[in-house]
Amino acid sequence: MYDDPSARGLRESATFDRATIHAIQRAAETGVYDIRGWGAKRRLPHFDDLLFLGASMSRYPLEGYRERCGTDVVLGDRHATFPLHLDTPVTIAGMSFGALSGRAKEALGRGASDAGTSTTTGDGGMTPEERGQSKHLVYQYLPSRYGMNPDDLRKADAIEVVLGQGAKPGGGGMLLGQKITERVAGMRTLPVGVDQRSACRHPDWTGPDDLEIKIRELREITDWEKPVYVKIGATRTYYDVKLAAKAGADVIVVDGMQGGTAATQDVFIEHVGIPTLAALPQAVRALQEEGLHRKVQLIVSGGIRSGADVAKCMALGADAVAIGTAALIALGDNHPKWEAEYRELGSAAGYYDDFQAGRDPAGISTQDEELAARLDPVEGGRRLANYLRVMTMEAQTIARACGKAHLHHLEPEDLVALTIEASAMARVPLAGTDWIPGAGR
Amino acid sequence: MATMTTPAVTTTVDLSVQSVRDLNSALHKAREGSWHVTRPDGAHNLAVGLDAPLDVRIDGHAGYYCAGMNQHATVTVHGNTGVGTAENMMSGTVRVRGNASQSAGATAHGGLLVVEGDAAARCGISMKGVDIVVGGSVGHMSAFMGQAGRLLVCGDAGDALGDSLYEARIYVRGRVKSLGADCVEKEMRGEHLEDVRELLTAAAFTDIDPSEFRRYGSARALYHFDVDNSSAY
Ligand SMILES: Cc1cc2nc3c(=O)[nH]c(=O)nc-3n(C[C@H](O)[C@H](O)[C@H](O)COP(=O)(O)O)c2cc1C
Repeated sequence: MYDDPSARGLRESATFDRATIHAIQRAAETGVYDIRGWGAKRRLPHFDDLLFLGASMSRYPLEGYRERCGTDVVLGDRHATFPLHLDTPVTIAGMSFGALSGRAKEALGRGASDAGTSTTTGDGGMTPEERGQSKHLVYQYLPSRYGMNPDDLRKADAIEVVLGQGAKPGGGGMLLGQKITERVAGMRTLPVGVDQRSACRHPDWTGPDDLEIKIRELREITDWEKPVYVKIGATRTYYDVKLAAKAGADVIVVDGMQGGTAATQDVFIEHVGIPTLAALPQAVRALQEEGLHRKVQLIVSGGIRSGADVAKCMALGADAVAIGTAALIALGDNHPKWEAEYRELGSAAGYYDDFQAGRDPAGISTQDEELAARLDPVEGGRRLANYLRVMTMEAQTIARACGKAHLHHLEPEDLVALTIEASAMARVPLAGTDWIPGAGR
Repeated sequence: MATMTTPAVTTTVDLSVQSVRDLNSALHKAREGSWHVTRPDGAHNLAVGLDAPLDVRIDGHAGYYCAGMNQHATVTVHGNTGVGTAENMMSGTVRVRGNASQSAGATAHGGLLVVEGDAAARCGISMKGVDIVVGGSVGHMSAFMGQAGRLLVCGDAGDALGDSLYEARIYVRGRVKSLGADCVEKEMRGEHLEDVRELLTAAAFTDIDPSEFRRYGSARALYHFDVDNSSAY
């Protein structure tokens, strides 16, 4: 159907490709920067650039489905009386009610609970839907403190102090007016319909010394019962992780630049932060040097899609992972059945990233009641639980092949890299060599 | 049935002997009564997360987050307080007889915070419904992003008062060094005089004339993204 200009010998510029040309035209027409959802779309060194060395002569594999391969994880046993005991290391990342509908939050809670894992609130407070349906609920403590209150703090199973997100390290939240309905506005104490800009710095602490006191305050308020996480967007990860551990975090969440967002400037998403693959080994090294690896748990997020990604994170030293975008896709985001509606919105199934706009045909990133009603939280929860189980079984498949009786037994030694970049970042050898760029060999 | 303790009974906690954990743990278990905290020596996180109509008197200086997230209790500090006094308070009353450091009343949703002396920078930052009355002056960026509630300053205000303000109301008796983005002076009408009178009475600052205050609030020009405001974002 479509004419392919390259067939006529025309050449597209690599520097000014069609998306770039479109962005310039859009900026010229509107005079405002592009705000969108999703995460970085550019190609980055990622877990796809790593491969596992399955067992053969020098290592024994485990029998698939017969020999046990554990997947459970305990999060937050450094200081908390009640750490989280999860059946799978795949957790659900913080996504706000406001960005997502109440039904979507409920579906996330149902799916996570069914699969024995945790889910997380977001920049907008705790809803009864998600508290009710979540066996393990992590309550985010963000710079905006929207909806923050001690009753919900006490209802939470863990507290996550958010310093930043991979999609926008150094940036605050954003929620555009079309999604600030009466309920969302009420929970955030904002006027209905404003284009909300949340703070990017916490209002009552700056720096690691203050954070230490802040963490103690949260522990005092909740009588030292709950694990306290610290979430950081990946930039100077080595130093940030050391400082977070020193400040007393029980769990550190590192979110790479591929990490999803509900609404951020495109320029921020694509140009600030480092890839998840680059951040993870830095975080592990920081914890190892402090003697805290496996004592302070590490959760990694940003572009996790499959059990292979999970296994690779474990092998590089993470204790668990978190998923945002993939969980939304499992609920039904970007499903081809909405193709016609995506096209009406100027997008297409597989490309839709206008989470900020609130017109989501799949009824997930919206506050419009009619659209939101399209998502059945029970069915959505079932789909998410299926997906979480598949990821867990995939990771087990790989771990068994590597002869490991628990996902946490996977180690860097099980990995090789396909590219020099990935090899340098992950600090595992380039496949077929014993060479790690920068490792002094 | 719980046995009634007579309100006259006061429990003393000497922080040179007992820990902050001991103090908070006891306060969380109590449903009523009076508490007297001695030798605080600037300790952090004193009387945080209270959730009952207790009466707590702290004799001396307190550190960070004193009375943080307070609900229902009355906490009086006979001294100065550190960063984030009564941060995220929901209800109750916190009174500082001396001065309060930065971010006093930050993000607080309700209740009354009285600082008899001065409050430093960012007093009432991101306030969400609390009433704050300051007997002296406040530092720069006070009521930054204030969403709801009332800040009453009997002295002066520093730079960038009410920057990026939402719906919080600000009253200042003295000089305002400068107003922040989108904060403007507004007309004092009868209802606002009533506001001021109510706050002064609540704080027991009865010798101050409400008519000496000026009102500041949001111009609401930054409520929606607009290319012409780009320098203010
Ligand atoms: C719709 C949406 C809303 C989000 N809201 C928040 C939030 O409120 N707080 C937060 O810390 N992170 C938020 N995030 C980021 C996620 O917590 C997580 O870091 C990210 O999605 C992980 O990367 P992934 O999407 O590639 O899995 C959000 C992400 C999405 C997709």
